[in-house]
Amino acid sequence: MKKLVLHLAIITLTCLVSLGIASAKPLKIGAILSVTGPTAFLGKPEANTLEMLVEEINGAGGINGQMIELIIKDSAGQKEKAVSYAKQLIEEEKVFAILGPTRTGSTLAIKSLCEKSGTLLISCASSKKIVDPVGRYVFKTPQNDSLAVRKIFEDMKKKGINKIAVAVGGTGFGKMGKMYSEEIASEYEITVVSTEVYAPNVTDLSSLVAKWKGNSEIQAVINWSIVPAQTILAKNMRQAGWDVPLYLSHGFGNIKYVEVGGKAVEGVIFPAGRLLVAESLPDTHPQKEVLVTYKNNYEAKFSEPVSTFGGHAYDAIMILVAALKEVGESDKEKVRDTIENMRFVGTGGVFNFSPTDHSGLGLDAFEMMTVKDGKFVPYEAN
Amino acid sequence: MTAELFIQYIFAGITYGAIYAIVAIGFNIIYNTTGIINFAQGEFVMLGGMISISLLEYMALPLAIVAAVLITMVIGALIEVVFIRWLERPSVLRMIIITIGISILIREVALHIWGESVRSLPYFIGDEITSVAILGARISPQVFWVLGTCTVMVLLLGLFFQATSIGREMRACAANRTAAILCGIDTKNMVTFSFVLSAALGALAGCVMSPITYSQYNIGTGLAIKGFTVAILGGLGSSGGAIIAGLLLGIIEAFSVSVLPLSFQEAVSIAILLLILFIRPHGLFGSKDAAGLKDF
Repeated sequence: MKKLVLHLAIITLTCLVSLGIASAKPLKIGAILSVTGPTAFLGKPEANTLEMLVEEINGAGGINGQMIELIIKDSAGQKEKAVSYAKQLIEEEKVFAILGPTRTGSTLAIKSLCEKSGTLLISCASSKKIVDPVGRYVFKTPQNDSLAVRKIFEDMKKKGINKIAVAVGGTGFGKMGKMYSEEIASEYEITVVSTEVYAPNVTDLSSLVAKWKGNSEIQAVINWSIVPAQTILAKNMRQAGWDVPLYLSHGFGNIKYVEVGGKAVEGVIFPAGRLLVAESLPDTHPQKEVLVTYKNNYEAKFSEPVSTFGGHAYDAIMILVAALKEVGESDKEKVRDTIENMRFVGTGGVFNFSPTDHSGLGLDAFEMMTVKDGKFVPYEAN
Repeated sequence: MTAELFIQYIFAGITYGAIYAIVAIGFNIIYNTTGIINFAQGEFVMLGGMISISLLEYMALPLAIVAAVLITMVIGALIEVVFIRWLERPSVLRMIIITIGISILIREVALHIWGESVRSLPYFIGDEITSVAILGARISPQVFWVLGTCTVMVLLLGLFFQATSIGREMRACAANRTAAILCGIDTKNMVTFSFVLSAALGALAGCVMSPITYSQYNIGTGLAIKGFTVAILGGLGSSGGAIIAGLLLGIIEAFSVSVLPLSFQEAVSIAILLLILFIRPHGLFGSKDAAGLKDF
């Protein structure tokens, strides 16, 4: 008996020494993603990515000797669900940080909850509104939508396009795209002739195409959306034989949208992170290694093509992990301060966070892309 | 408005209109034999599209469509036999709740089987970008498939009700159920048959429209609302009325885009539904006296 007690004591001691005293419990990290629902093409790769990375991190002994417990909640793309899951994660699970939500509307809905409770939030949604005004605990990884708009306008300016029409899906993402494109257009001497919002579940837009086609002023169309319906406009435009340039948002960065759109989306132009063209980057590019490693790991594990959305989740968790490692303990305030001053090479670009910029990415994070033979390729203006 | 633009709008309108009309005729067939509105009608359309897309992996397109229509017919029959046949003199309200329940059930099962993803059948002729020029407007050949199929369906249906004995028995049921029973017509079988028939109509429509509109587990509800609007607009029970009302609604929706923002398109059809319910509840082409004699 004495021997047993002694053994137990030794084992306990060793454990305490090797793990550090406070870290016997795993570190809880919550994630609110739309794994199902209309934006499942975004949320599913995000959830896959997080699961894959947490497995990797825990397999390598965790962070600072502490394992990660990942709690993924499926918001199905609904704001209301995102809010109740956020409350649950913060109040019941007492998570260290929340990754996601996938969508802009959901993120904006839980922003104040995280601010009040001092829970770190690293969103996978793209709108600039999330970090403007800056929330003390709120960060995000996708490139700002306002930057995507600028990137598109730059390309239009090069082509001498100055009268455009804008169609957006009736979602949080779409509304922000509408706001920014109307706001920024004048800086590039571009006039938005007509703006239309379509229902996220719209099935045909041929009457809209007829209307716009009849307006000979329109030189190009921007279609700003994250739902599968974004390919319908492309289809109806091509069927109507209207061949003005069609620009899509960075919400198009999943090859599944190309599968849905088929031939109709050949030649569309859209800004996106470099993940989609990782292999074609020069070896000297700072992101090359991160991108290729993530892409290969993801594609080997899930046997489906990588998407920029999974990349946003990669950046979210890896930024948190990098900060935790640097701090050396799971102290919310210290981790927050570290992220705020961090430089991080991720899939979305090279992040440079600052107290006034919780997004950290600039215009150079985008590359213009197009679709050729059913694949994403870098776009070269001719 | 140029002639070209006008034709472009018209075609956009009649494509929708034809689809709405088919859903409305599905409502009417069941309404005529049972006096109820089957709110699961939109789900038949969804099932037709989704089943044919799944079957496409194993067989050629025409076969897949035929098989999908047959399977949906069986589902239609099962629904009637399991949920409706055994009810003795059910109230209208009860029947409505039952059919709404069925529609939710089918949708959830579809979600379970096919998931959320958006699918579509390939275009029957050409592909996503093929189009034919008509007076300067460009129309996808699939639009003609939709219009052609709808026309053929309506003609066959008319023939069926006029020229076959089972069709005449169904009309007898519709005219006066008690008298039909006294004449030795098995009204229960007629009700089952009406479900099978409207399932077939819906499923076939679901197949031909799939390349244009895409198919997803939840498209049924929206179609049911539009079909219901059209059925009411045309006068419940009237197939001819449904066709005219369907085309009318489709064209109004299409042209509304030229004057109103696109986001009001749905509101236009709902506004029309409300107006009709207030002003002419028996529909544009229905008889007020006949409507007064029905329970619903």
